[in-house]
Amino acid sequence: MIANYGYKDGSGDYYISIDTDKCIECGANRACLTACPKGMFEIMTDDYDDEVAWIKAQFRKSLKYDCADCKPAAGYSSLPCTTACTPGAVKHSW
Amino acid sequence: MITAGIDMGSRSIKIVLLEDIKVEGAPQIKYDMKKPYLMMPGDLDMDKAAEIAFDSACKEAGVDKGSVKRVYATGAGRKQVTFAADSVTEMTAGAKGAVYMFPNVKTVVDVGAEEGRGIKADSTGKATDFAGNEKCAAGAGSFAEAMSRALQLSLKEFGEYSLRSDKTIPMNAQCTVFAESEVVSLIHSSTPKEDIAKAVLDAVASRVCAMVRRVGIEKDVVLIGGMVHNVGFVSSLKKALDVEELLLPEHPEYVAALGCALLAAETH
Repeated sequence: MIANYGYKDGSGDYYISIDTDKCIECGANRACLTACPKGMFEIMTDDYDDEVAWIKAQFRKSLKYDCADCKPAAGYSSLPCTTACTPGAVKHSW
Repeated sequence: MITAGIDMGSRSIKIVLLEDIKVEGAPQIKYDMKKPYLMMPGDLDMDKAAEIAFDSACKEAGVDKGSVKRVYATGAGRKQVTFAADSVTEMTAGAKGAVYMFPNVKTVVDVGAEEGRGIKADSTGKATDFAGNEKCAAGAGSFAEAMSRALQLSLKEFGEYSLRSDKTIPMNAQCTVFAESEVVSLIHSSTPKEDIAKAVLDAVASRVCAMVRRVGIEKDVVLIGGMVHNVGFVSSLKKALDVEELLLPEHPEYVAALGCALLAAETH
């Protein structure tokens, strides 16, 4: 399943997509949990009893601002979460 | 065995009671759906409201409460249903219920009171992709309701009025609060109610469509949730999605509750 967490507002789409099929058998030892400076990821058991990562509820309505510190304007050349997720399960829409 | 699905929505509580019927020689279990039940909670104590609704649903369906073997909950307030054996997300429940009603469905569009979402489902009713908009109310039923109040129309009239317009007036505001100001400006400029109603519903449809495009539009497409009752919205969404046919269930607001009851029945 591709789970899109986030929102669309007047300035654009702000979604973090997690491909749970790639996430279930994590080949990166759940590196997303520590890679995100804000600790936005956590592991939960989904409706199909698979342990997968998701974005904590308190961050889903403010991704544009919470992720801004890791974007190129803040000096990063690549996102810590997408780089840490070597199976390629995590993607940003913006 | 009788199971129950409770959809604790942000506006109302929907309950479906399901009894499985074993038909000799039939490959699949058949389900008999009892009379569905909807309650607008009059209490802020959601746990208590869920219990009252469940009692009433059993009474109306003529089912002994004790004979309900398993209860599953879904919806924004699903964690408040303390007597439920388990809870599932709106995506899982919506996909399950929609595919049960329309086996060829691949894309489920769910527009309720406070939230809209697009769901991709496989043939078993499992959600394979989803996108919602948890932040903005402008892509949901409450927005249409607020705008109908501004136009002094009932929700039913609101949808019907929009069908009488062939004008396309873009609504630029993305936010419900600002959109209401835009509607007031249109009223002041003597724009007919029909055109304003269509502009509002086109805007809601456009926002919902953007979410559905994120997961991809694949036939068959079904629309579930309370907004199915708004004929104007259905027309606007059909145009926005650019689909020949948009499937509409008979009881659109109960699809997630039905999915829940099915998942409860399939759990052994």
